[in-house]
Amino acid sequence: MDHVRVKQKRDGWNWLWAWANPVKFMELSGRALPWCVGIAVVTLAVGLIWGFFFTPEAARFGSSVKIIYVHVPTAMMAINIWVMMLVASLIWLIRRHHVSALAAKAAALVGVAMTLAALITGAVWGQPMWGTWWAWDPRLTSFLVLFLFYLGYMALWAAIEDPDTAADLTSVLAIVGSVFALLSRYAVNFWNQGLHQGASLSLDKEENVSDVYWQPLVICLVGFTALFVVLLLVRTRTEVRKRRLHALEMRERMADA
Amino acid sequence: MIALLIRDLRLSVRAGGGFGLGLAFFLIVTVLVPFGVGPEEAILAPIAPGILWVGALLACLLSLDRIFQLDYEDGSLDLLATAPLPMEGAVVMKAVAHWLTTGLPLVLAAPVFGALLNMPPEGFLWIMGSLALGTPALSMIGAFGAALTVGLKRGGLLLSLLVLPLYIPTLIFGAEAASRGMAGFEAGTPMLMVAGITLGSLALLPFAAAAALRINLR
Repeated sequence: MDHVRVKQKRDGWNWLWAWANPVKFMELSGRALPWCVGIAVVTLAVGLIWGFFFTPEAARFGSSVKIIYVHVPTAMMAINIWVMMLVASLIWLIRRHHVSALAAKAAALVGVAMTLAALITGAVWGQPMWGTWWAWDPRLTSFLVLFLFYLGYMALWAAIEDPDTAADLTSVLAIVGSVFALLSRYAVNFWNQGLHQGASLSLDKEENVSDVYWQPLVICLVGFTALFVVLLLVRTRTEVRKRRLHALEMRERMADA
Repeated sequence: MIALLIRDLRLSVRAGGGFGLGLAFFLIVTVLVPFGVGPEEAILAPIAPGILWVGALLACLLSLDRIFQLDYEDGSLDLLATAPLPMEGAVVMKAVAHWLTTGLPLVLAAPVFGALLNMPPEGFLWIMGSLALGTPALSMIGAFGAALTVGLKRGGLLLSLLVLPLYIPTLIFGAEAASRGMAGFEAGTPMLMVAGITLGSLALLPFAAAAALRINLR
């Protein structure tokens, strides 16, 4: 009785685990990709154009306020991509789905780009506003630390030849790294007081930026998320194809020998 | 376990390994800093705890690849993996041996090097205390990093890239505890945090390191 229920439960999740089969993944992602590209293009175009050209200039910031349409989404994605990598790594370690490991690998480069974009846009904004490109503010510092974690993760992937060993070791690193990244976040908070403003978007309405800026920002957030999904799918598909190519080459070499 | 510990200690002392080397490296870092920033006491004294901590961290890093590399190359790691002793236990013993040969000498030498940096004597106890609480975490985290990169031919640079970000929380709390204590402020909180990181690493990281070793030995 019990295992019937377990089986039913598992069947309920079949739509998700279908993505774990490389063949199914290629088929599904091939079909989903044009839609994701469409969503990303439309939301990014609407959000960025609305944000850049049709919002008023803020009283004390002038037009520099508009950088938040890039800064906030990239910063959000930088953190969320790490979380996604952690989940993908756990799925790989527990269920041994290759697509999951490849997705984590594919996400890392997008994540590091988002982190860098958030740091650079922050610096560009900070120079006129705070009078400095860089301050050892907790948020800035944590992002730099996150950047270092991404670099280490990618370097480990690049250094190990056997793909399964690499997937295993980077997954372990992602788990341990997450704990230490979180720890660093709080350590850095303890270490220095901040210059950075609080959350721009939160459920606590008091802190939010005003509505004129808020609406295009949400569209930009959706846009950057869709952009990430597009890049993730494309890169994961590339990785899957690379694996297949490798397998074909190996088979050919075996046939020759 | 004890036999493994004694074997590792003996190896590191006799094979001209990291025992004196880490300490010498620590000394060089300490000597180089005044050349870089100038000999004024007003500059050196406040940054002394930070320098000592960064120096300890680098000295620790220097000897990390020895933890598993030699055993991996001559095959004794495979024997350890098949031994009745669980891999986790072997990892802990390796880390303890590393700490005894690298961390402990640094702790004991810290006041001498502190004096080189014009550190006021009130700070000696604090730097020793924070290093004593924090360096075991450095050894344990380092053992994890070494376990990840043990199969690689040229893992040295990668090892530092992997391990240094993991060292950040320990460094922050350790240096903060030492400099607060030296300045006469309340330093209990960072001290407790350092101890917490050390205990947490000792409790959890052996499992991660052992998992990494098993993957590498596959």
